[in-house]
Amino acid sequence: MKRRRARFLRHRLGMAGGVVVAVMLLAAAGAPLWRTQDPLAMQMSQSLQPPTPQHWFGTDEFGRDVWSRVVYGARLSITVGLASMLLATAAGVPLGAAAGYAGGTFDALAMRCMDAILAFPGLLLAIGLVAALGLGTGSGIIAIGVVYVPVFARVTRGAVLVRRQEEYVEAARALGQTDLAILRRHVLPNCLAPVLVQATLGFASAIVIDAGLSFLGAGTPPPAPDWGTMLNEARQFMVSAPHVAVFPGLAISLAVLGFNLLGDGLRDALDPRL
Amino acid sequence: MIRYLQGRLLALVLVLALMSVIVFSFVHLIPGDPVVAILGTEVDQATQQSLRHAMGLDRPLLAQYGLWVGGALRGNLGESVRTHQPVAAILGQKLPVTLQLTAAAMVVGLCIALPAGVLAAVRRNSAVDLGAMGLALGGVSIPSFWLGVMLILLFSLHWRLFPAIGYVPVARDPADALRHMVLPALTLGLGLAGALTRMVRSDVLEELGREYVRTARAKGLRFARVIARHILRNALLPTLTVLGVQVSVLLGGAVITEQIFAWPGVGQLIVQAVQSRDYPVLQGGILIVAVLAAVVQLLVDLAYAVMNPRIRFG
Repeated sequence: MKRRRARFLRHRLGMAGGVVVAVMLLAAAGAPLWRTQDPLAMQMSQSLQPPTPQHWFGTDEFGRDVWSRVVYGARLSITVGLASMLLATAAGVPLGAAAGYAGGTFDALAMRCMDAILAFPGLLLAIGLVAALGLGTGSGIIAIGVVYVPVFARVTRGAVLVRRQEEYVEAARALGQTDLAILRRHVLPNCLAPVLVQATLGFASAIVIDAGLSFLGAGTPPPAPDWGTMLNEARQFMVSAPHVAVFPGLAISLAVLGFNLLGDGLRDALDPRL
Repeated sequence: MIRYLQGRLLALVLVLALMSVIVFSFVHLIPGDPVVAILGTEVDQATQQSLRHAMGLDRPLLAQYGLWVGGALRGNLGESVRTHQPVAAILGQKLPVTLQLTAAAMVVGLCIALPAGVLAAVRRNSAVDLGAMGLALGGVSIPSFWLGVMLILLFSLHWRLFPAIGYVPVARDPADALRHMVLPALTLGLGLAGALTRMVRSDVLEELGREYVRTARAKGLRFARVIARHILRNALLPTLTVLGVQVSVLLGGAVITEQIFAWPGVGQLIVQAVQSRDYPVLQGGILIVAVLAAVVQLLVDLAYAVMNPRIRFG
């Protein structure tokens, strides 16, 4: 564990990603502290103002403070990313572990189902699911979670296939432990590294898919301060107020970059074979 | 090779069958009555019953699936509940636009990734490498919907170099079509370029250390020739497998790009279908793009197998 931590601390890009993610988490957790105005408060007399000392990122078409909306947007993106990854992990990890450990027909069937979900372009499957479940943040979380179930199932299955051949698993079996106990106590704890890496990288994709859904009008509805919705609304004012489109997009890119770098760093530190 | 081909085709048929079940289930995941969700509560019972019958929703679930998938296999994807046009006919008009955008994005991605990846590998740890990797990281991190908006802001509204939105068919005016294609292709292609540059760089780096490169150099071959004739041939093989996955990403990304640049493709059709709750069009659009992505993935895998002797003769 110490060696892994040292390896991660030496990974400069991974550390940079970690700092970006930490800043984003801080922004999300302390949004009421960092905001300068109420993110929903409209002031039509102040609409489409450029950045000023009073409004650091300017104002949007309803005179709402863009900085405060971007900060609150971090809270929404983190929530969607976290909830969708938890959902995908909760379904994907047990499924992948069972498939990898049991093998045979169950493994083949489960993996073909996962292949079918993976064959869809992620955003497209999310759009279809959101259209069916009803537009909104909750549907977006479920849709992104479903898109990511096969990713976790595959990663866990691969890790279980390697671990189940290990001698300590053979020893546990010889001692009479049940399959479930062996999976829970010996196999799964050793498969956590690739799952953690995948969850970090998946977090970045979840933020993009969520913002994409909102950009297309199928995600979190207005007036909630969602980065994708803000960007979509800003398109109408690109000539007169380009700043309204610049800042939410920068926030998405920075968040995605942070999680990608952190994921790459964790992968190199925790599982250099990947 | 024949056994490999048989196995892949069988797996594709199974995956396509499961994909059809997923797309079919979209209508049945709607909370409550799908007909009420489509028409609203203000229409009379007779109209509701008529749509229920037209969509086959008054039959048992298995019969509904059989009817839907049987129709799809014969090219009948039902009728739009809004325009009453056959879905297959609408898709026939829209699909070439999406394919054109995807192909143009692929050209942009490859034209950037190949030279950038090779240069970054050859000049490892130099400013060129750093710049190429920075661009690659930006390419994979900047979402296409923001990149598209920023490109319009700079190249259309500020410098007035390319039109901001709109689609012109190549057959009508090739030069104007190309001008309208530049920004959408860049928007979709830069993400691909980012993903491929990293791949090409690492594959070329791996090949640079091999003994055949030293032999070729020792024979007096120019370095540029060694790269073009020997290294790229071997390095591009793993890149090809990534390209198959990336086609699926491109087809998904086309949904957003078409929306930004007002291109009348399948992506824009799907977004309009979500907004108007036109489920037959939504199902048909998603099914056709997903099937296309799966088939392209198979073709790329087969091309890889043909080029890789270990699979060809395995």
